[in-house]
Amino acid sequence: MQSRTRSGALVLGACVALLVGAAAKPALDVEPDLEALKAKYRRPASVPHPDDNAPSEARVRLGLTLFFDPRLSGSGVMACATCHNPGLSWADGLERAVGHGMKTLPRRTPTILNVAWAEALFWDGRASSLEEQALGPIASPDEMNQPLEGLVPKLRAIPEYAAQFEEAYPGEGISNATIAKAIASFERTVVSARAPFDAWVEGDESAIGAEAKQGFVVFNGKARCSTCHSGWRLTDDSFHDIGVRGDDRGRGAVLEEIEGVQFAFKTPTLRNVDRRAPYMHDGSEKALEDAVALYDRGGRVRRPSLSREIVPLELTPQESGQLVAFLRTLTSDDAPVAIPRLPR
Amino acid sequence: MSIRRVAALAVVLLSAASRGAAEDQVIVQQDKAFSQGQVVVQAGDRIVFSNRDAVTHNLFSRSPGFEFEVKVQLPGQDTPVTFERAGVAEVRCAIHPEMKLRVVVEEKQGGKP
Repeated sequence: MQSRTRSGALVLGACVALLVGAAAKPALDVEPDLEALKAKYRRPASVPHPDDNAPSEARVRLGLTLFFDPRLSGSGVMACATCHNPGLSWADGLERAVGHGMKTLPRRTPTILNVAWAEALFWDGRASSLEEQALGPIASPDEMNQPLEGLVPKLRAIPEYAAQFEEAYPGEGISNATIAKAIASFERTVVSARAPFDAWVEGDESAIGAEAKQGFVVFNGKARCSTCHSGWRLTDDSFHDIGVRGDDRGRGAVLEEIEGVQFAFKTPTLRNVDRRAPYMHDGSEKALEDAVALYDRGGRVRRPSLSREIVPLELTPQESGQLVAFLRTLTSDDAPVAIPRLPR
Repeated sequence: MSIRRVAALAVVLLSAASRGAAEDQVIVQQDKAFSQGQVVVQAGDRIVFSNRDAVTHNLFSRSPGFEFEVKVQLPGQDTPVTFERAGVAEVRCAIHPEMKLRVVVEEKQGGKP
């Protein structure tokens, strides 16, 4: 009886909330409290890691070495860093990635910036951790084309690797698991540095210009970008069909039975976004202005799976310009990365 | 959502409560998170998934024996799901991967002869 009363009260409460909510203006139209909004974008104090792969200097150094070692590919000429080039904000600047045998692949290379915080990896989210993700591109015949059964023997044949693995993962040896864990440990150190936007969020009013500040308001208000591009990474890792043309089903190929994620791709981070053109999962938008235009018109193609969050925005040219000005404040002056000396 | 639709939904929910849906538990989705990480119910109980977010959700489970999909759930929508048998169902949102709920379904107490 008690549970019935509680259940009824909960349902009644929900109904009241619904009615009150219907009477109020939609949350997105409410004049934002600027300081409260800025607080949602504060950088975190530490980098997360799984319990069974705590970072150490040896693990990160080994991961960096593996990341730059082309011997992890079947051809011996392609490293993780070939596509995830630190000089290009850990991507390649191409419309679509180029894989084994110079084959052009269906999707653009995603940056690995700030992936330590990512909930799901790959454009379609088919891996749930960096450790799970790391071996995928190595083994893919289209990407690095290195069958996993041959990977460990290959690295064991390089004498200097044995000591590096032993220091990083004592007693565990060279295995697919330790290779993945080392690469993941390194990737967790790839964090975008403080950008002008961060300084503004923390109180330096001179850090960004007036147009960008107005763009931040548009970003969180009329343009509704923050619905998905939220938090300090400017992404919630969610999956949406945003109306990009093409027949790549994205997350729909991973969750085949779910219509709502057909043609959906992961919301990317917007950190350093103005250094990472072209845009979208297939590089189909050449410039930031083009990407904003896609959202402004509510997508370039209408399908049953089109996200309910994608609607025409009716931005003025001034508002579109403000959005782009804001996006440019997310770029940090990241330190150059030294290519490691590879084991022989 | 129009006032009329909200009112109609309220009537449906209230009648559901009054007809004796005694075992319903409400799990709220807000700020792209479930109101709790785990919930324990009894076989045959319903969970009402209540989307209190400003965004669309799409809940599903692929746990063996508990496969279901809520489909696109708009802001403000409540969707009941009945958990018929004992076991553990992992519920996710296909759109928001950080949303994770474990439903522990116990045998119905006193329900067996």
